[in-house]
Amino acid sequence: MKALDRKLLRDVLQMWGQLLAICAVIACGVGTFIMTQSALAGLSYTQQTYYEQSRFSRIFSNVKRAPLSVGKRISEIPGVSQMQLRVVRDVTLDVAGMTEPAVGRLISVPEHSMPALNTLYLRSGRYIEPNRPDEALCSEGFAKSHGLKPGDKVTAIINGRRKELEIVGIALSPEYIYQIRAGQLVPDDTRFGIFWMGEIALSAAFDMQGAFNDICLDLTSDANEAEVLRSLDRITRPYGGMGAIGRRDQISNKFISDEISNLKRMGLIVPGIFLLVAAFLLNVVLSRIIALQRDQIAALKAFGYSNFAIAWHYLKMVIVVVLMGELIGLGVGCMLGMQIMNLYTKFYRFPSLTFMLPMHVVLGSFMVSATSAIVGTVGVIHKAVSLPPAEAMRPEPPANFRPTIFERLGLNSLLTQTARIIVRNIERRPFKALFSSLGIALSVSIIILGHFSTDSLNFLLELQFQVVQRQHVSVTFVEPYSHSALYELQHMPGVIRTEPGRVVGIKMRFAHHERRVAISGLQMNPQLSHLVDSEEQPIHLPDAGLVINTKLASLLGVKRGDVVTIEVLEGAQPTWQVPIAALVTEHFGLSAYMNLHALNHLMKDGELVNTIHLLVDQKHRDELYTKLKETPKVASVTIKEASIRSFRETVMENMLQMQFFNLMFACVIAFGVVYNTARIALSERGRELASLRVLGLTRGEISFILLGELAVLTLAAIPLGILLGFGLGKIVTTFLDTELYRIPLVVSPKTLSMAVSVVTLAAVASGLVVRRKLDHLDLIAVLKTRE
Amino acid sequence: MVPSRRGAASVYCARGITKIYRMGEVEVPALRGVDLDLFEGEFVVLLGPSGSGKSTLLNILGGLDVPTAGHVSYRGKDLTSNDDALLTGYRRRHVGFVFQFYNLIPSLTARENVALVTEIAENPMRPEEALKMVNLGHRLDHFPAQLSGGEQQRVAIARAVAKRPDVLLCDEPTGALDIETGIVVLEVIERVNRELGTTTAVITHNAAIAGMADRVISVASGRISHVKINEHKQQPSELQW
Repeated sequence: MKALDRKLLRDVLQMWGQLLAICAVIACGVGTFIMTQSALAGLSYTQQTYYEQSRFSRIFSNVKRAPLSVGKRISEIPGVSQMQLRVVRDVTLDVAGMTEPAVGRLISVPEHSMPALNTLYLRSGRYIEPNRPDEALCSEGFAKSHGLKPGDKVTAIINGRRKELEIVGIALSPEYIYQIRAGQLVPDDTRFGIFWMGEIALSAAFDMQGAFNDICLDLTSDANEAEVLRSLDRITRPYGGMGAIGRRDQISNKFISDEISNLKRMGLIVPGIFLLVAAFLLNVVLSRIIALQRDQIAALKAFGYSNFAIAWHYLKMVIVVVLMGELIGLGVGCMLGMQIMNLYTKFYRFPSLTFMLPMHVVLGSFMVSATSAIVGTVGVIHKAVSLPPAEAMRPEPPANFRPTIFERLGLNSLLTQTARIIVRNIERRPFKALFSSLGIALSVSIIILGHFSTDSLNFLLELQFQVVQRQHVSVTFVEPYSHSALYELQHMPGVIRTEPGRVVGIKMRFAHHERRVAISGLQMNPQLSHLVDSEEQPIHLPDAGLVINTKLASLLGVKRGDVVTIEVLEGAQPTWQVPIAALVTEHFGLSAYMNLHALNHLMKDGELVNTIHLLVDQKHRDELYTKLKETPKVASVTIKEASIRSFRETVMENMLQMQFFNLMFACVIAFGVVYNTARIALSERGRELASLRVLGLTRGEISFILLGELAVLTLAAIPLGILLGFGLGKIVTTFLDTELYRIPLVVSPKTLSMAVSVVTLAAVASGLVVRRKLDHLDLIAVLKTRE
Repeated sequence: MVPSRRGAASVYCARGITKIYRMGEVEVPALRGVDLDLFEGEFVVLLGPSGSGKSTLLNILGGLDVPTAGHVSYRGKDLTSNDDALLTGYRRRHVGFVFQFYNLIPSLTARENVALVTEIAENPMRPEEALKMVNLGHRLDHFPAQLSGGEQQRVAIARAVAKRPDVLLCDEPTGALDIETGIVVLEVIERVNRELGTTTAVITHNAAIAGMADRVISVASGRISHVKINEHKQQPSELQW
């Protein structure tokens, strides 16, 4: 080993504490980068290959009922390469051990072979056999949630008749990777299950022989999707076609693609913060090393070491730190990446979801961490190299101090002698002080960033389920019924209040923007389902005109008073021009509301309802559920409490896991910054402090000088960190603002106090470490060494 | 023109060297037009009080610094061009430095400190050999902190001579040492000069050391005030201060 490398090695070993702290910060940055990028790679790869293998269709449409002969015209649309006509119906399920009804979606599949499109993956059991009308395949999520295995039975209520389905296999489908029902916030595997049944049996059960109500298409590679959608809509319109959608708008695909794009964006912010801090720390530490080794650099130059050799020597130290950080980060990142994959398997039903670490991600992480390190140190190394050798031989001139602003303002008498040292020291190098504070502030902000999502979701739960949706149960009907259906429900056991509504699928158009949404017709002065503005105040529903949420308004580019075109997708499919009467702030989906009476008036098909919100006496809950299960009109029952529970069980729990990591990361940064700042202050001022000890100052007094400065920096960092936390939170919420949901920026006092206490604790801990060193300051040795 | 020993070839030739340092708004002249020649194999002492400019002169001769005005050449090669690569190469091949504060790398042992130089030299001694020459053959693996001041300075000398330099430039080599240790260090320098024939320049403010030189060049206020040729050189052990 070269003598110079030996020096490097010993320098590194001597400063291991400080360098390890920097390594840890780099490791956090690399770790979060690897975590998000590997999750991204794994998820996109799995999605893509599964879509290909299972021949996930490109176009989806449904009709009320169309004869199979229409299929020929559909298959002749230019660009269509494959077609699948199905019967799909939602029914009420009666599952053993569960009083409340669950929703089962029955989908027809060919009796003799797997469907050619949206091929099923059999996790266990077998495919259905012909001439066995009771056999069904059950979706994995539902089966797992109820402990169902091949051989078990569930009861479906089809047209008021109970039908036993025998599960012969557990299956997965590319259509239901994210198994969520339209209008729900999170998947609820307990209350929503998919069942695939033979098409003959299913058609018979629903009187759909020789007919279909669902279309899936695959396209040739050169097909024009928009053109196919238009042609398909033209053909299906007479049959109650609801308007076809492309894969992009398919709900399961939409959620996964949303997650992928979130990962893409979020995968840069957090690693960026860590690597910025690492760059700063490397800068501070290397500056100090080089200041301490001025005479060594000079000697090396005098012996004829070239500038390059010296630059390389110090760069190697940086490389050692980066490499170590990179290696630890790789390990941590893989661990976290697997954790994320594990978490995804709870949400996404893929045949297999494998952890992936593509080479370009590893190289990318190295490039990013190396770049940040170079950015942090290139200036310092250049300074070391350009130090004229003769200059370097002389000790560094005494630092240039002057009275601080504080003192110039005549507030001198307010400061004690030691406080004056602190203030002057901070003011002499304001940028260094600022950056140290900024580093600590970043750890405050990381904690806020990691915790605010819980606060936001708690806020959303409260808003959605206490203020907006006050009903206990919502019932949707198979099709619109007259008000007599409402009276029927009113007389069911335990029902305290009912509130009718009608949901109509439409296309809303303004200028060249178009969105498929549903208009909810609400009764005047609703008591159960409220519309609120951004201040959570109820909005009065106007007699005519639309109320739409702000997200939909911004997507369409409309404002209050604009007139939009509504193309109704059901019934006689009329087209209307309706003005926007008001806007509401909502956090989920895109929606539009209208006075129920006005909506029915426009539909011209009578006073109809298809959803009913219920307020229920909880004592009679079970009786009500039993009764609802037996009501043929009822397509689905949504129980608010269950929604809240499944939301808490899935989303919130996973969030808590991630928060723990965030907390660790924040501690690493806080400790890394404070510890390094303190160690460097000690190294720079050990001599000064030792002199003060010799002059008779106590350990407490000299500690006050050093730790007081750290305390000032930490105190300044707290408000700065809170501000930064809000700023970063704002960026994140902007990124997470999608058609599916918007997360408001809510930071609870609990989160704030947690952020402040964690950082304060980290600061105190590193202060104590330095304090111990101060207590062992060797007065004579320190005074003997030359600066 | 500075008087010189006749017969020997000129190693350094300096004419009208001026060096001005800028300290904020004030200009501080360190050298004001110095003419100087150093000859092959001679032992020169540059004598002067602190602040006289002798260190600046040594730094310029060693290629650590360049004059503000004037010319210096080493065996006909210009040292004033401010070409860093050229000066680095010059230092690497020809010059051995000994500093007042030793400038050893504290994280390297005596042997490794010497190796630092031998690794980049063309025809070096082995580090052990160089250390034996300064009577430190038994302390090869000690770190600077484990060595006395005199021993550290001897390591520094070993480090300077290990590459068999053409010139040895010593800046107050005994400045931080007591008399006995200082004499030991001077004996080593004298031996190197005598046995290896290395042209040697020693800076000091200590007039007593002047006795061991071939030539004594006194420097005051940035100028050469006086040059004296010693007809009878003293042995370091004969020196007294």
